[in-house]
Amino acid sequence: MKISREDVLRVAELAYLDLSETELETYRAQIDEILEYIGKLNELDTANVEPMAQVLSEDQTADATLREDLVVPCAVAEDVLKHAPDPEPPYFRVPKVIER
Amino acid sequence: MTTTWTIDRVREALAAKKISAGELAGEFYKRIGARNPELNAYLALSPERARRQTDKIDALVAAGKPLPPLAGVPVAIKDVISTRGIKTTCGSRILENHIPAFDATAVERLEAAGAVILGKTNCDEFAMGSSNENSAYGPVKNPVAPDRVPGGSSGGSAAAVAAGLAVAALGTDTGGSIRQPGALCGIPAMMGSYGRVSRYGLIAFASSLDRIGPLATNVGDVAAILQVIAGRDPHDSTSTATPVPEYRVELKKPVKGLRLGIPKEYFGEGMDAGVRQKIEAGIAIFKKLGCELLEIRMPHTDYAIAAYYIIATAEASSNLARYDGVRYGLRVDGDSLLSMYRKTRGAGFGAEVKRRIVLGTYVLSAGYYDAYYLKGQKVRSLIAQDFRDAFTKVDAILTPTSPVPAFKLGERTDDPLQMYLADIYTVTGSLAGVPGISVPCGKVGGKLPVGLQIFGSAFGEARVLQLAHAFEQAGGASV
Repeated sequence: MKISREDVLRVAELAYLDLSETELETYRAQIDEILEYIGKLNELDTANVEPMAQVLSEDQTADATLREDLVVPCAVAEDVLKHAPDPEPPYFRVPKVIER
Repeated sequence: MTTTWTIDRVREALAAKKISAGELAGEFYKRIGARNPELNAYLALSPERARRQTDKIDALVAAGKPLPPLAGVPVAIKDVISTRGIKTTCGSRILENHIPAFDATAVERLEAAGAVILGKTNCDEFAMGSSNENSAYGPVKNPVAPDRVPGGSSGGSAAAVAAGLAVAALGTDTGGSIRQPGALCGIPAMMGSYGRVSRYGLIAFASSLDRIGPLATNVGDVAAILQVIAGRDPHDSTSTATPVPEYRVELKKPVKGLRLGIPKEYFGEGMDAGVRQKIEAGIAIFKKLGCELLEIRMPHTDYAIAAYYIIATAEASSNLARYDGVRYGLRVDGDSLLSMYRKTRGAGFGAEVKRRIVLGTYVLSAGYYDAYYLKGQKVRSLIAQDFRDAFTKVDAILTPTSPVPAFKLGERTDDPLQMYLADIYTVTGSLAGVPGISVPCGKVGGKLPVGLQIFGSAFGEARVLQLAHAFEQAGGASV
């Protein structure tokens, strides 16, 4: 077994994700099977391989295409707040964070 | 049989005043009204916005002014691409009432070129899936066989175009999500190089893989749409300044003498016999066209799915952290901030999305990062190297798009790994960052479409389109 029930619980906690008992067991079994399959990567010796952390070639990356830092109007705040779950313009309201 | 409208036909009809842009949009909405209840290809329609655009186009026609390249062309937009004022759900409950405050650059460019946005198309939730069955708003049916899936995740876009409910559509491709549904619905569908099309306004799934691209009824229209959406966008630092060639001119160039690689690794076990037969017949067409066929090796192909599902889920777990119930989308109240986060995400995300968040968080977590994420990125290097090596010997690579034709609804939903393997021939190019197209290549049993995939080297879209066009003109769709 590659992944335990405790692993799934720990990861769900890291990801702030409520899972039901059924989900927990179903995902554990399915992810276990997927990790088993992923294990085939160990057939490859990658000791001398660089990880591919960037798809574009160097002359195409952000460094080569950075724009000037210009201030442009972006008057969408009202529109954005209108669609927020609990707005109190100009703020988003959330449950109380600080206890005292 | 209803008319198959193409970009050229729309232009001619508008110029000759045979139909107005408003009437044409009306015809498409009528078709949608008739067929969408069965197909479920569209999630939202935008008739008011379409009307504003057709009024503009019809005014140009009336004034005898020159028409922009996509004047009056009715298009559909996958629901992971932001549209100002039109609900954009990503096929998810968590964004059920989300109305973006801005347009994606690709959408803005389409409209600036005269296209008429009909509405938003169904997809797997956050583009995660290969059958469109992961949509919170129900699956899409394949127009050629309504008991079967249209493929995914851009299943709604593919079905809409194949059923004549849009002239063209935008899809997104992370591991095959444009090309595979294109193949299963029998239409050409293209993913340009990583960096070719701006992703500003695309709601992110896996940022090192996601791409926006066109689906249409013919290769010329795919080229015309790509032409409009390609190119540098100051809003997206991963869009490159590499010049955009005139694709519709390039695609008419002769293909005689081009060297095409047939990678042995793509023709192993697991391919449906009917698909194999069509792909072989398709390859024979290129031989007849005077191309040189070479057997090549791409030795790391078999590791692509494993590397892909590490990288894609890791990036997804990070990108989807933004759905917290604070600024937009669903909120489920809790007695603290953290419990609100947990409840919102637990209730708002569907099964496949949660599975991928768990897997992605796991492969990035302390103690597993090197074994999984880093290993995946190293194998990605090897796969990209396979492509670079191949392109020193050949001009393009031919493979099947999908190992199987459209499968039955419900057939694979209980087995995520089996579903992932549907992308076995497409994820390689996604990882490498190269462009790829799927073109129709016959039908299994005379009914279920097969797609032939053509990969080109990075920013070699013109070559890919040229080969796809030649194949289409030579009768590839009916081999």
